[in-house]
Parts: sequence; structure tokens; C-alpha cells
Amino acid sequence: MMTRRHALGLLSTAMAAPWIAPWEAYAAPLSYTLKPKEIAKGVWLMEGAQEAITLSNGGAIANVAVLDTAAGAVVIDTGPSRRYGEALSLLATELTRKPVARVYLTHFHPDHVFGSQAFESGTVASTPAVAQGLRDFGEGFADSMYRAAGDWMRGTELVIPEPIAESGVEDFGDRRIRLLAMGGHTPSDLALFDETSGLMFTGDLVFLDRAPTTPHADIERWRISLANLGAIPCSAIVPGHGASEPTDRGIQQTRDWIEAVESMVNDAFDRGLDISEAVALPLPDWMKRVALARYEFERTVMHLYPKLEADRWPRVDREG
Amino acid sequence: MRALLGATLLLASVSLARAAPQADPLASPMWNDMVERILDGGPVVFDDRVKVVVPSVVEDQAQVPVTADARALEGVETLVVFADLNPIQHVLTLNPAKAAAYVSFRMKVEQGTPIRAAARTADGVWRVGGVYLDAAGGGCSAPAAAREKSDWHLSLGETNGKIWQAVDGSARVRFRIRHPMDTGLTRDGIPAYYIERLVLSHADGTPLASLDMFEPVSEDPTLTVQVRLPGRDAAVDIEGRDTNGLVYKSRILASQDQSEAASSAGDPTP
Repeated sequence: MMTRRHALGLLSTAMAAPWIAPWEAYAAPLSYTLKPKEIAKGVWLMEGAQEAITLSNGGAIANVAVLDTAAGAVVIDTGPSRRYGEALSLLATELTRKPVARVYLTHFHPDHVFGSQAFESGTVASTPAVAQGLRDFGEGFADSMYRAAGDWMRGTELVIPEPIAESGVEDFGDRRIRLLAMGGHTPSDLALFDETSGLMFTGDLVFLDRAPTTPHADIERWRISLANLGAIPCSAIVPGHGASEPTDRGIQQTRDWIEAVESMVNDAFDRGLDISEAVALPLPDWMKRVALARYEFERTVMHLYPKLEADRWPRVDREG
Repeated sequence: MRALLGATLLLASVSLARAAPQADPLASPMWNDMVERILDGGPVVFDDRVKVVVPSVVEDQAQVPVTADARALEGVETLVVFADLNPIQHVLTLNPAKAAAYVSFRMKVEQGTPIRAAARTADGVWRVGGVYLDAAGGGCSAPAAAREKSDWHLSLGETNGKIWQAVDGSARVRFRIRHPMDTGLTRDGIPAYYIERLVLSHADGTPLASLDMFEPVSEDPTLTVQVRLPGRDAAVDIEGRDTNGLVYKSRILASQDQSEAASSAGDPTP
């Protein structure tokens, strides 16, 4: 039988030994509170926390949207876990008083796709490349999510979406949504333009006041996608992370960020810095004001450095 | 008399280290074992001047960037890097002949673990620094990426590198050697196969540094060391040997344009 003293002993062990997870992690109330904000008539945004994935936020860090249409609810991205997806599915039906007709996944990153399990099979759509990316990397993403978000992930399994989304217009009766297949943040990023409200849902091609992530980024292609997005008139931009704003601030900030980190990383590499030194470089003030600036800069250095090391140094081996 | 006094002081510091072992600041269950097996039983003191730098976030457990830096100490003869909770703890040993007590590289971790650097100075004392690295598992038991390609052997031993010379005569050497660095612990059953020794010397034969490496060093070892070169038109020869006896030779030239780049950049250390 466990006495109170034993319990206290365990608690203090957990605090002293960093490889034992904090005690409070097991006491967190594991229920997502989705706060829908109506950003246009019949369009609701559930904003993600501007944080990394943690045991406290359960991975609910990405934006998710619900649109009311004559054909039923349309959902953009499904969140980080089965539990989130279930809350979202319920909410979509409550908001629209209709069943969910279609779910779109903007790209294959785990904070956007692991709620898919809660939706009827066949309704979840993505580009063929996103479906393939999840086949290749989905199980690995699930492992990372279970580790980072813990018990919030309970029961979550990988769902491969229907590979049917491609550039073109989808007509939901009273709402036409134009799909724009792009890339750069990942090999395949789907932006959605709602012709009825004029809202542009960019997925993670745009981050606002939250540092962009780069584990699968192609910076040059990303820059081109941002230029293309910027050329399309819209009433507001709904980024993958950050607030919906009727300006192109998100596009500009994302472009400035990826250009700045790319140039800082290239410069550090050319000066002969190793990774440990490059991740510690000072960031300019404007970058520091963006949430998770240091964290994402550090990750980006680690994403970009190995390729530079493989490509840019002279070959020096000689016949043995 | 002075020698005797020095010897007495040395004995005093050694016996002090032996008599009153400090508690491990990282509270590792493996610490005493590490001292016996990797640090020859000590004497050991924890010293903040020996630094280990790891990232605050680890995404790829097979490629964790680590820097061991004991440049704040004088006369380091050996710098050892190890990870208490790895299935294979000893990562590498640097013997700086004409080099700084500094090495940056990438390693595999099988789980969260203390990463330590131990610098042995002339008095025979190991001075130890370290950090706890939080990481998911699997870096040592995942097969090398090269093993997914049937033609991996064609690029075996390919080496790329560059030298940055500073005005004070020190030079930073960064290089990458293609090698699977198999741990022998992977699901595919491939036995351990890794580069076990690297010797860096000046083109005239002067030894600069040597490295003993073990299974936890990442695939395609990518290293940064700082050596002292005798002249500006210098070259560094690297000779490596793997556990199958294959020898890898390369020469990195400190060419004029690289020198200019380095002098305009100044000391590359931020």
C-alpha cells in the first residue's frame, strides 16, 4: 500500500530527476476547449495557442476553421488528436446544424491532421502528395506527438486522407471554395479561397506573430507561393498559426522571417560556425517579438545546416 | 623545493578529489559506473569551465549536435565525451596535440541522457562538465540512412571540408566523411561498422590532433576542431581508419581565398 510518505518521496524524486516527467503532467484536465470566433458570416475560426506542442496544450496550436454551406459543414484541418477531432466534429455540427460534408487537410504536419479519425471515412480530403507524405512519415509523426502531448493523444491513430484535392473550384451550393495547390512550407500546401466571404485560408504557408516552422521547407518555393498568395485579392488572410487579419501582414512577416533565417544560416555556415554556435546567434529585435523565435530559429538551423555541409564544402579526399 | 611543493600540492588536490567525491549535479544513476569505466576511476572534479552545448530541442535522435569545449582550461591532454544512459556510452575522445580542447560533432542518443565532457589535465585530474539532454528514443537502434540505398558503398569515405584561419595562427577545420557508422544495435542486424580513429596532421607530418570515435558518432561524421598551423599556406591531412581496416585519406588546403574570407570574418566564435 502506498503511504503518503511514499507518494511524497516519489514526488520529490520526480522533481530532482529530470528524466521523470513532471508530476502535474498526470493531473492535467484532458479536455479541449474550442472557442469558435465567427470571422465572417457562417465562418468560424478556432485559433491555436501560439506555443510549441506541450503536455499542457495537448498540441492544439494550429488554426482550424468551420464553414457553413448548403451541402453541410466544411472543415479546414482537424487538429492534433482524436480527442480534438471529436470536439471539433461535434462543434461543426452544432454551429452549422448540418453534418460534415467535407474536411480539407492543408498539409501533412501532425498538429493539423491527427483529428481526422473523428470524421466519417471518405470525407477527409487532401492533395495526393499529402496522402503520400502521411503514408511515409505519419507513424513517425504520431510517435513525436505522443511524446510531446502525452495522454491527450490517447486512442489517436493515423488516417490516410482521400487523395482527391487538386487546384480548382469546389461548389458547395451557396459557397464556392477555390483550392490552390502550392508548396514550400512542406512539399504540398493547400490554400483555400472562399469566394463567398473573400477569406483566404493559407494553411502554414503563412504564420502571424508566431515563428514559421521549417522541418520540410523549401525556402525558394515557399517564397514563390507567398508571392502568388499576395497577388490574390481577399477580405482577410487566415494563417495556419495566428490571428485572421484583413491585411497582408502575415504574408510579409512570413516572407521576412524565412528570408532572414536563410540568410543568417548561410552567413553562419560561410563563417565556419558549427551548429551549436549558429543556434546561439543573436536575433534582431523584430524577430524576437515573434512568438517562439529562438525555438524555431534553433530548429531551422538544424534543418538547413546538414544540407549546406553536404553541398558546399570542397571535396578533399584523395586516393587511399 | 619548488618541485617538491608542486608535487605536494598536486598530491593534495588529487587526494582531495579522491577523499571527497562530489555529488553528480545531474544525479545520474550511472555516474559511479562512468567514473570507473570511462575515467579510469578518477580523480574527478566537476568544473563549469568544461562546457557541453546541446540544442534545447531534439527532433532527430540520430543527429544531435554536441559541442564539447574545455578551452577555458590550460593543458588539456585528453577530452572525452560520453552519455551515461546510452547503450554505448563512450562517444569520442579527442587528443589535442596542437589543437584546442574543443570538438563539435553530431551523435545518436537512444533516450534522454546526461551528455558529459571530461578533460584530463597534466595533474591527472578529470574535470567534468555536462548537461542533461531531453530526447525521444531510438537514435542508436534506427538503421543508418545509407543502408536504405543499395549503392551506399560508392560514396563511402567521400570527404568534404574547409579551413578557416584566424589571424592568431589558429585554424578551424570543419569536415564531413561519408560513412554509415553502424552501431550494431539496429533492427536490420547489421554489425557495428564505424570510423574508429582519425588523425589530423600538418602536411609536413606534424601531428595536430587525433580522435578515437565510437558507435554513437552520427552517420556521415561531421566534425569541427581547432588546430594551430605553422604557416599561412598550410594544409591539414586527415587520415581515418574504420573497424574493417579501410583507410580514408584527405587533405584540406588553407587556400588564399579562404584565408581572406576568414580574416574578414575575424574570429568565427560568436
